[in-house]
Amino acid sequence: MTDVRRTVDAVWRIESARVVATLATMTGDVGLAEDLAQEAVVDALAQWPESGVPQNPGAWLTAVAKRKAIDGWRRRERLDDRYRALAHDLEARWGGATGEPAAVDSWQPIDDDVLRLVFTACHPVLSREAQVALTLKVIGGLTTEELARLFLVPVATVQQRIVRAKKTLAAAKVPFEVPDPSEWRARLGPVLGVVYLIFTEGYAATSGDRWMRTELANEALRIGRVLEGLLPREPEVHALVALMELQASRFAARVRADGTPVLLADQDRSRWDRAQIVRGRAALARADSSARALGRGRGNYALQAAIAECHAVAPSVDDTDWAQIVLLYEALGRIAPNPLVELNRAVAVSMATGPASALLVVDGLVAQGALAGSHLLPSVRGELLSRLGRFTEARRELEAAAALTANERERDVLRAKAAGLDVGTPR
Amino acid sequence: MKFMLIMRSTEAAKKAYEKADFEQIINQMGAYNESMMKAGVLLAGDGLADDMSQNFVVDFSAETPIVTDGPYGETHELFSGFWIIEVSSKEEAAEWASRAPLGEGSKLEVRRVTDMSDFQDFADNEFLKKEEGWREEQSSK
Repeated sequence: MTDVRRTVDAVWRIESARVVATLATMTGDVGLAEDLAQEAVVDALAQWPESGVPQNPGAWLTAVAKRKAIDGWRRRERLDDRYRALAHDLEARWGGATGEPAAVDSWQPIDDDVLRLVFTACHPVLSREAQVALTLKVIGGLTTEELARLFLVPVATVQQRIVRAKKTLAAAKVPFEVPDPSEWRARLGPVLGVVYLIFTEGYAATSGDRWMRTELANEALRIGRVLEGLLPREPEVHALVALMELQASRFAARVRADGTPVLLADQDRSRWDRAQIVRGRAALARADSSARALGRGRGNYALQAAIAECHAVAPSVDDTDWAQIVLLYEALGRIAPNPLVELNRAVAVSMATGPASALLVVDGLVAQGALAGSHLLPSVRGELLSRLGRFTEARRELEAAAALTANERERDVLRAKAAGLDVGTPR
Repeated sequence: MKFMLIMRSTEAAKKAYEKADFEQIINQMGAYNESMMKAGVLLAGDGLADDMSQNFVVDFSAETPIVTDGPYGETHELFSGFWIIEVSSKEEAAEWASRAPLGEGSKLEVRRVTDMSDFQDFADNEFLKKEEGWREEQSSK
């Protein structure tokens, strides 16, 4: 990669969201805005080696893209009166069609434009895949090549996803605006969901090397911090950042050098990133105080972050405040009932009060027929039974779990546990 | 990748600042910090006091370390503040650094902050583990 390419990529990283947002406000069309911005990037690659990087590169890109938009409309002016009106209107509002330096200096992107861009990129008409690609591309400023590398798919696939996403937005006539107050909470959910999905894709990815996964999680964190700036009064935005910081703080301790995952209980806690934990706790405190200001309780992400915080501040598994974690899982189960949350609660209960009461929770799930087909339920149940000395049942559960998991390493661990049980003679 | 942007000012810069409108400097710095926060890259940052009565140097050239009031290096260049940012490339760090509202005589030294990956080959080294433990102690204070 040439130096200028790297510089342009760096500028694009910093400016993409604001450039595309400004252009989308101007044209009312995110797809067109992104195309125009990309054309401006191509111009930058050609011109900056000669002219040097401009003083305000974001303004330069915006001005060039804007000129392209107006030129495009000019050409179509002859064909359609509608475009003529648009071009004139734009020239009147946005200054001359030349993008002269005077206009460049006065360029002042507005946060609201970026916010509109966020909501559009995560619009419910788009598939999750498209939301993720578009968000990383226009908000995160990643190139198509970077996206392809991070998601281990060909460049053409990413391009296709982006093109399809733009077409979908255009076909659905999605307006470039923030949602109505009445829809606000319903629309914020998918935005946060997309960011967290990007994070977990990095956090829990089954393929790709560790470095790449960290990179993806860092992108999510970065976008999360951008959202914090845009929506400082939304508790769940701060909470999401808190959750991601706290989970990411364990990155270094989560895998061994050979790639085998290390369970929370076995992690070397001295390798957790303390600075990141401090940042995560600060974000959770911001979430709590903004929730108080709105008279709300902790939301889904805040409760998850609070659970992560309990682990982050505990010196060891035994010194963890498991009673508090049980309470947090209970609260989480109340606002978002989910069998996986219930199973996690069972594990916390076993740590807080012992395996017998935890088994009651797990048996409740079994009675509901929840998590059928998942190895998690029998593996937790087997673990609890073995702690209760009911080895025959425990072995049956662990073997069932081993048969259900798709992960080879996990299967070996479960089989070894099952084989290690001394059936018939209680411990 | 994390980078530390270390602000250095020379005598010339200090003189220039004496004449400048302090409120204007605060506003410009504030806007710069805000732009990095909004971009989601700023992790930490602070200024360093130039009241020399509270600053000192520890010299290790003798057998016993000696605490003195200075001098702070032959060039009289002083660190006056720092930022820590998390970005995706050296070029991006350079782009942010060059946007700092600093004037004549000022310099930014930009250094990549090491992380565990720099010591991957020594992951089991006892001293590195101890160092992490020490950091833990520091940050819990």
